[in-house]
Amino acid sequence: MSEKLIRVLVAKPGLDGHDRGAKVIARALRDAGMEVIYSGLRQTPEQIVAAAVQEDVDVVAMSLLSGAHNHLFPKVAKLLAEEGADDVLVMGGGVIPDSDIPFLKENGIAEVFTPGTPTGEVVNYIKNNVR
Amino acid sequence: MELVQKALKGNRRAIARLISLAENEEKEAVTALREMFPLTGKAHIVGITGPPGSGKSTMTDKLVKELRKRGKKVAILAVDPASPFTGGAILGDRVRMSDLNLDEGVYIRSLSTRGKLGGLSKATHYAVKILDACGFDYIFIETVGVGQSEVDIIKTADSILVVTVPGLGDDIQAIKAGILEIGDIFIVNKADRDGANRVVIELEMMLGLNAEKDEWDHPILMTVASENKGIIEVVEAVIRHKEYLDKTGLLAERRRERLETEVLELVVQNMTRYVNEKFVKDGSFQEEVDKLVRKENDPYTLVQSILADTVK
Repeated sequence: MSEKLIRVLVAKPGLDGHDRGAKVIARALRDAGMEVIYSGLRQTPEQIVAAAVQEDVDVVAMSLLSGAHNHLFPKVAKLLAEEGADDVLVMGGGVIPDSDIPFLKENGIAEVFTPGTPTGEVVNYIKNNVR
Repeated sequence: MELVQKALKGNRRAIARLISLAENEEKEAVTALREMFPLTGKAHIVGITGPPGSGKSTMTDKLVKELRKRGKKVAILAVDPASPFTGGAILGDRVRMSDLNLDEGVYIRSLSTRGKLGGLSKATHYAVKILDACGFDYIFIETVGVGQSEVDIIKTADSILVVTVPGLGDDIQAIKAGILEIGDIFIVNKADRDGANRVVIELEMMLGLNAEKDEWDHPILMTVASENKGIIEVVEAVIRHKEYLDKTGLLAERRRERLETEVLELVVQNMTRYVNEKFVKDGSFQEEVDKLVRKENDPYTLVQSILADTVK
């Protein structure tokens, strides 16, 4: 009877404490009818993957503003694959130079959203790409 | 079922999948629950409730850490409200428990109420059974908000902790009705704040007014969960309550009542679904309602005939 809802883990890897963006996205996804689990700040890739597995999420959406995305985002994708959870859609957002995006996409990040992206775009991307 | 076998061996992904199946009310969930039911009944189920901001998640985090020190495997179900408008939800209880993420002996799952009143998601009952069968010694259920509807938790938990804090107003407004009767252990958290003693005294008074007296002493404990103060006492009280339930036979009684309620609820749910699919979807229900409007039939005869057709 109840339809399947999309479950998303909104996660903050790394050491920056700026979660305004993550919270805006969390709120937008909730308003789009998704169940959003918020991880809290300063999570290691291992913690994020453990949470993603335990929560059986369809999407992991990470926000990072510290510049460590080239290390942390692919690490999460890799650990998810190791857990057999490679069907999870992994996305990234934050202050990410355009020149880094191809590298991230080659390393398991399905899409990257940079500052200024309308939240509706993120919602649509998830709805169209979730497996 | 392969997924069940994996879950029973402790595979977290399999456990998580099973809970999702139950949450989405998929057919495989029933198959899985059938298989797991004989293995249930070993876990002690602890409900934690209290007003928003009273520190339920922090409390759970600390209690679970103490139980882990004692070698117990613990699962946590954190229930948060769904938006009544979109059905979406923000589930934020993990924020206070992120140290537990990597502990192999702990499983945490956030559940949305998905519109069900009573503060407990429909899937909570199923999730408890799945985790119980998978060998967790303790299962914590943390529920949203507070109020009479929270009484729902009693249907699932063996021991119920009611958490409150100083400064909520006279006569402990937030925990007046319902909650006082269902609580087994009362906790005044953030007890380093002004007014903690007054809350304890008020609770003592109100508990003293309970007409129905039993042998359980309903302890009122003071804690500062964020500083880990008073946590051992709470764990000891839970263990003492567990022993009390065992010794007096109340545990068996509560669990029997819970099974009764569960079966009756499931019958109603399934009947509703059946009636919906059989009559409402194909439009024949509307035709029957038309007859009622024209006074060609009456609602009571219609109900009889629907029931006669359903229970064959």
